[in-house]
Order: sequence, then C-alpha cells, then structure tokens
Amino acid sequence: MSIIAVLTIIISSTLVYSAPLIFTSLGGTFSERAGIVNVGLEGIMVMGAFGAIVFNLTFAPALGSMTPWIASLVGGLVGIVFSAIHALATVTLRADHIISGTVINLLAPALAVFLVKVLYGKGQTDNIREQFGYYKVPGLNKIPVLGDILFTKASIPAFLAIVITFVSWYVLFKTRFGLRLRSVGENPQAADTLGINVYVLRYAGVLFSGLLGGIGGAVFAQSISVNFSASTIVGQGFIAMAAMIFGKWNPIGAMGASLFFGLAQSLAVIGAQLPGIENIPSIYLQVSPYVLTVVVLVCFLGKASAPKADGVNYIKSK
Amino acid sequence: MKKTTRVSLGVLAVMMVLTLSACGAKGASSSDSKNDDSKKESTFSSALVTDIGGVDDKSFNQSAWEGMQAWGEENGLEKGVGGYDYFQSGNESEFITNIDQAVQANFDVIYGIGFALREAILSEAEQNPDTNFVIVDDVIEDLDNVASAVFADNESSYLAGVAAGKTTKTQKIGFIGGTEGAVIGRFQAGFEAGIAAVNPSAVVVVEYAGTYGDPAKGKTIASAMYAGGCDIIFQVAGGTGAGAFSEAIAINQGKASDAADKVWIIGVDRDQIEEGAYKANDGKESNLTLCSTTKGVGATVIAINKLAQDGNFPGGKVETYGIKAGGVDLANDNLSDDVISEVDNAREEIIDGEIKVPTGLAE
Repeated sequence: MSIIAVLTIIISSTLVYSAPLIFTSLGGTFSERAGIVNVGLEGIMVMGAFGAIVFNLTFAPALGSMTPWIASLVGGLVGIVFSAIHALATVTLRADHIISGTVINLLAPALAVFLVKVLYGKGQTDNIREQFGYYKVPGLNKIPVLGDILFTKASIPAFLAIVITFVSWYVLFKTRFGLRLRSVGENPQAADTLGINVYVLRYAGVLFSGLLGGIGGAVFAQSISVNFSASTIVGQGFIAMAAMIFGKWNPIGAMGASLFFGLAQSLAVIGAQLPGIENIPSIYLQVSPYVLTVVVLVCFLGKASAPKADGVNYIKSK
Repeated sequence: MKKTTRVSLGVLAVMMVLTLSACGAKGASSSDSKNDDSKKESTFSSALVTDIGGVDDKSFNQSAWEGMQAWGEENGLEKGVGGYDYFQSGNESEFITNIDQAVQANFDVIYGIGFALREAILSEAEQNPDTNFVIVDDVIEDLDNVASAVFADNESSYLAGVAAGKTTKTQKIGFIGGTEGAVIGRFQAGFEAGIAAVNPSAVVVVEYAGTYGDPAKGKTIASAMYAGGCDIIFQVAGGTGAGAFSEAIAINQGKASDAADKVWIIGVDRDQIEEGAYKANDGKESNLTLCSTTKGVGATVIAINKLAQDGNFPGGKVETYGIKAGGVDLANDNLSDDVISEVDNAREEIIDGEIKVPTGLAE
C-alpha cells in the first residue's frame, strides 16, 4: 500500500468510527453542562439506532438515498422522547441521576428488542438497503494529495459531526442560552436568584442530549452495523461518555477525544497490515488503543473537573 | 478530581461490564414448556434447550428446531411432553432451569444447542445419569450419557476456499476471525487449504478482531483489507462480521453492478445472501455474498435421534458431522457456473476421502 492509501484508510475509518461518538459525547456535554449527569447515553443511542433502522426499513423504497439522513433525524426524535423520561425523573421528580440513567440503560435494549420481535417476528432486523456509504466530494477530491486522503472516501456524517461540534461550542460559550445553561450547571441557586428558570434549562440540556445521542445511535446503526439487534449498541454510549470527560466537558475536547479513540482503533487494525508491523503478534495491536488511551490520559491531560452542580438536584426553596 | 466525576467514572466502568456481560441476553422471553399434554406412551421423546438466540434466530437454534420438527413429524409424534419440544432460554441463568424441566418431563434425549450450554449440560448430566444428553458444537468427554456433536467447519471452509481461490482477480483474499483459537482456527485452516489447492499463488491476509460483537472493528478491518488489494473476505466473527458487510456494500455502492473490481464477502454458519443485497450506482439491485458456509444442526439432531431410537445412543463419543453426514456445506449464492462445478468436484472428493482437509492450524 502506498502512503497515501494508508492515510486514506486510517482517516476514513477514524471518521466513520468517531462520528457516532462525537454526536453522543456532544449530547452528554449539553446535559452535564446543565447539571444533569447522563449515564443513560447508551440507552438513548440504542433507541436512536432502533428508531432509525425501523424508519429506514419502512421508508427506504419511497425516500431513496435521502433515507439515512431523515432516519437519523427520526432517531434523534426518538432519543428526545426517551431522554424526556430521564429529564422528568431527575429535574421534576428529583431522582438520583445515576439511578435514572441506569434505568434508561436497562430499559432501552429490552424495549427495543421486544419491539423488533413484535414488528418483525424475529430477534433482529434485516439489513437496511440505504446506508451511509462513502462519498466522492466533487471538486475537492481534485486537490492533490489532500483531496485523495480526505475527499475521495469521505464520510459525510463525520464532517457534519465536526461542524456541529463547532456550532455546539459557539452555542455553549458565545450565546446567552449557553451562558444560562452553564450557569445552571455551576450554581443553580445563583442563576435562579437572577431570574433564570433552572428547570426549563435543565430540561433543555437533557433533551439536547437525547437529540444528539439519538442521532449518534442512528449514525452508528446506519453506517456500521446496518441492522438492529441486541448487540448493535454495546458500550458506545459509555465510550462517548468517557470522551466527554476526557474532553473536559467541552464540545471541542469531546470531539478531539472521540477522534482520538477512533484513530487509536483504526491504527491498531490497519497496523496489522503494514509491512514491518504485520509480524508483531496481533494481541499487542489489539490492546494498543487502550494502552495509548491510558498513556495520553496520564501524560497529557490535567485535572478534569465537572460542572460544579453536576449531578446535584436543584430544589427551589419556598 | 471531583466526587461526581469519580462517581460517574465508577458507574461507567461498572455499567460497561454489565452491558458486556448482558450482551445478547435480551432475546426472547422465558421458557416455553408445554405440560398440558400428559398422555404417556412408551414412545421415544426428545427435547432441545436453545441458546439465548431462540428458535427463530435464523441460525443454529432455528435449524436445530426445524430438524427436531421434521424428525417428530416423520415419527408421528406431537409437540409436547412424550413427543418433541423446545425450551427457550432468555439468558444464561435459564439454561439449568430449562434442562431441569426437560429432565422432569422425562424426555429421553435432551439437546443443548451451542457451546454456551456446555457447563449446564455437564452438571445436569452428572446429576441425572439416566437421561441422555447431547451437546452440540462442543465436547464433553468421559460421561456415558452425553454425546458430543461437532461440525467439520474445516470442510465447508475448504469449499469456500476453493470458491474464493477460483474467483479472486487480485490474487489476494482476506480472512477475518473472531478470537484466535481452535474453533476459528478450524475455519482458517480449511479455507487456506482450499485456496492453496486451486490457486497456490493467491495470498491470504488473516486478521483476528479479538471479539465477536464489534461491527465497527469489523468494518475497519474490512476497509483495510479491501484497500490493501483483497477482493474477497471470509468473515467468521459473528456480529463483528456485520461491519465487513457494511464496508463491502459501501464500496460497491459506488460502482456498477457488474464492475470488474467489485468486492465480495463469504457468509458463515448460514446462508447470508440477504445480508449481501445492495443497490449499485447504475440503479440495479445486486448482491455481494459470494457464497456461504452452512451448518446443518437440524440434520445432526435427526441423525442422533435415529441412533438413540435404535438403542445406539452415542454416549461418551464425539461425533464429527462433516459434508458427508450433511453437517456442513456451502451455499453457492453468487458463484459463477464453472466455479460451482469446481466446488462440486471438491465436495465429491472430500466425501470420497480423496481430499483430507486439515482440522486445525499447524502449531
């Protein structure tokens, strides 16, 4: 393989792997910035994946190649509905955030598999016919070297995820809404004193995480597993959560961490086929993403501190 | 580090373990025994206990149950106690309970479908020496009331290797395994031998994902293999293999349906032709499942039931079901006619014993 070919696969598989993680970790950032710990990201991804696959299977003949995009939005909507349970439990009913999130995680796969059984009469769905494939970006793929690496085998959902990362950063740190959302996560009493409606903002944070988490699940299911079963989403929600913490509750950091996980994963896989490295026993390559993560965490990352009121219920005094 | 961070990290770790251990445990609901029909006759009866997939999993369990039904109908038996029945396991904790129920309902032969039931069958067989058990796809030795049925996956993989070796244009073929070991090694050995027999110059690129449940990793591996010049990949990696299909579809979608550089996947354990369907960029429906190795669990169930009916239950023995016994085979999904005739020849030669397929990788 030429160097350009190697770079192309590494970058394209990093992007494919990272896109769902970026969406979901951004979702987690919104929720936790508003002060609601969202361990339920995994469950939200499951429901997003489920909703998107069912929509895709049903409407692919009518919608053609637009199907995965619309299905991703549907996955996001299903995620919102599901995250509303978490919001209701934690914000209105003041439940413990971890417990509520755990319930979401236990509920989602069971519910989704049950519904698949009801809808299709079997334990897993068929493969979808319209998936997120690779796109040649017209014009840009003519750029020498860079065009080959970035735009001949491009994953559009990943590019979109990166754009949304910067939008999220702008919303959180440069708009009035973002400032209020963060204030609610840092010091809800003070925010409330200044006339900010803590409950509404906390709901908004959780519902945003539902939207983005649902889209994350939808993107995973439609670009990687291409069907839905009990083993479609197994741990990606937790990896996204780790990426959010790794990224210090900052959208750009979360994106960087997601891309890093993706890169580590694809380097390990692709390394096995590169001359020289191919003779290393595969077990070392398989553990390398985790070793690399630990090394980066220990060496390069300072103190990660959550928003101050993260996980603390706000009880408005009378 | 703040307390909440620590707590959420801790919960994160615990939940990941929980999710992993519970993965796949959300199949069908609990056991499905039928105790209403209690007429006792001196006929022979047989039941199977499924793995967590359930009898509609399009794979192992379904095949076993279809074989059981065919056997039951052939012998004029009814579903239920005294005839034939299944016990569906929703998760691992139900294995023992289901086997217990089957023992108490006095079934003569009880099958555990899949290697996951090995420990459960072993402990029940020790406690119930008068009941005959069969473990499918694993081995329990030294117990006279347990027969082990394993499949000669190396033989079907050999045929897949013949098909791949004859079809490849790039002279480079990929193999994605789940985890390294004797089970997948059997596939790999047969596959490599088949390729070497018909196309000694072809190179086989082997990579193990280390997991059966990570489609993202399967996709990345497939992506690297195709980019590295492979045009056919044999995936023996369960859910990880789904990612290989998605990668192959993504690549082929950008090509005409009859493109010379189209890439292929070889299916495993059952006919995976449905997974390979896609729409090419010329608007035509197409398919990229080259062929699939299949396992006839049903044929095995029928064969052992017949032996047991005649009083020859193969207790304590390990029966290997190969091509000859209908235990394994190759589905010719999209093979060209001359490759099919090549595969048919190889199949005949294996049945006649002219070809001895290696049963595992050389140490």
